[in-house]
Amino acid sequence: MIEFQNLKKVYESGGQQVAALNGIDLKINKGEIFGVIGFSGAGKSSLIRCVNLLERPTSGSVIVDGHNLTSMSVKEVREIKKNIGMVFQHFNLLNSKTVFANVAMPLTLAKVPKEAVKKRVQELLEFVGLADKADYYPDQLSGGQKQRVGIARALATQPSILLCDEATSALDPQTTSSILQLLKKIKNEYNITILIITHEMAVIREICDRVAVIEAGKIIEDGTVFDVFSAPKTQTAKNFVSTVMNDQLPNSIKEIIQKHDGMQRIFRINFVGNSAGQPLLSELAKQFDIHINVLFGNITELQGTPFGNLIVEFQGSDKEVIRALTYINQKKISIKEVNSHAS
Amino acid sequence: MLVNSEQIISALIETVQMVAFSLLFSTILGLPLGILLVVTRKGHLLQNLPFFTVLNGIINIFRSVPFIILLVAMIPVTRLIVGTSIGTAAAVVPLVFYAGPYIARLIENSLLEVDPGVIEAAEAMGATPGQIIFKFLIPEALSSLVLALTIATIGLVGASAMAGAVGGGGIGDLAITYGYQRFDTVTMMITVAILIVMVQGLQSLGNIAAKKIRRR
Repeated sequence: MIEFQNLKKVYESGGQQVAALNGIDLKINKGEIFGVIGFSGAGKSSLIRCVNLLERPTSGSVIVDGHNLTSMSVKEVREIKKNIGMVFQHFNLLNSKTVFANVAMPLTLAKVPKEAVKKRVQELLEFVGLADKADYYPDQLSGGQKQRVGIARALATQPSILLCDEATSALDPQTTSSILQLLKKIKNEYNITILIITHEMAVIREICDRVAVIEAGKIIEDGTVFDVFSAPKTQTAKNFVSTVMNDQLPNSIKEIIQKHDGMQRIFRINFVGNSAGQPLLSELAKQFDIHINVLFGNITELQGTPFGNLIVEFQGSDKEVIRALTYINQKKISIKEVNSHAS
Repeated sequence: MLVNSEQIISALIETVQMVAFSLLFSTILGLPLGILLVVTRKGHLLQNLPFFTVLNGIINIFRSVPFIILLVAMIPVTRLIVGTSIGTAAAVVPLVFYAGPYIARLIENSLLEVDPGVIEAAEAMGATPGQIIFKFLIPEALSSLVLALTIATIGLVGASAMAGAVGGGGIGDLAITYGYQRFDTVTMMITVAILIVMVQGLQSLGNIAAKKIRRR
């Protein structure tokens, strides 16, 4: 569990004060994958680095598993850090050491006996799928493999918390996906709390349980991934969601909408959860005297729940269209008419 | 030629002795100073700005004195340490004061090249400052440190030739007293050739060692 209480971080540069964190209150529960998303300079990096005091907050508290880090001595914090693994954007491996030695490092520092180190490292390399690369050097590995080494190293001391600072931002989409699957596997097998900092909404969508949007050093929106994706409240959150949800209408569709005459009406139907599984359109076409034309659509899966929207054109008499709309409302499916200047 | 091969060989031994001992002592002096220059600077492990500023200034002062002046200025100190100011052992003292601060700077440079991310990872693991220096910084910089010490060694070969001027002996002494002062061109050529071979050999050795460390 990680808890931030009114966390503030102010940097001084050239006599000027810059607030990177402006009063953060956030609670990350045990065993969940929590994502913090924000643009560059929003303060997300400062936030994650406050969890293991790589950066000391100016004021406020960081509470990790019940320990208030900000009031602990340097020595005590060093002990706590063994319970917090960290994975970095640029891996930060020792290039002078083999994969084995890199993963063994946190154990060596903790003076774990050699035999136990060997056993644990082999187990970890097996887990991340690099058992055959123990004697390789980091510069002989691909980006994805390096990050697997970084993850194995972060897990060496069996921490209860894993911090991922832009862990996939230097990787290509395919590798990103495989690393995210690995993080999911870690959460499921070790019940670790994972805090992820990213600027990629796809990362949040793929593995996070909950998400917070950070802007100008403040959390402007947070909630379950499903809630934030299906109904983002702030403009920043909407922008992030639209980077992966693709719910903007393409120009060709907008043109059709602009040209439409009285006989057609265009609607946006939102599908959430169970409603996405219903054969709504064919039911409408059978029960009412209307023609349905699907103009545009997008259905995706969030946290195992289908979610999406369809832009459809209803052709028919006013009366029939209204009857159809009533039927849809009864089914508690959200439908909204799209006019020519709406998106 | 006014010198015989025995003189050349004993001069060579003297040079090797001078370089080896002064390298040893100046590394013992320069390595900790180089580490301190890195870790006490702003934003580093053991930030201590007054200490850094003073150390930085002292090293700059030693680095700005020309060696030939340092050689003479150090004579009282040399007498205090070695008991005499003439001879091979006596030449080691000014050489250490010359090369020590130089090595400190070279080591500082090598250590600063280490990816700050590695230090960050070490801090995240809960490593102590000592562990960060000896298990992260130095191993990561080792190959570059070897090259730095190679440069220092070659610098010492040159400086040791100058130390010959104050009676330090060695190849440089031979070159000056016979080659230069007594116009013995052959001795001059031979001594210069020996110095060239020495420098080439040392650089190659350093390169090979650094490469080996980098790879394995």
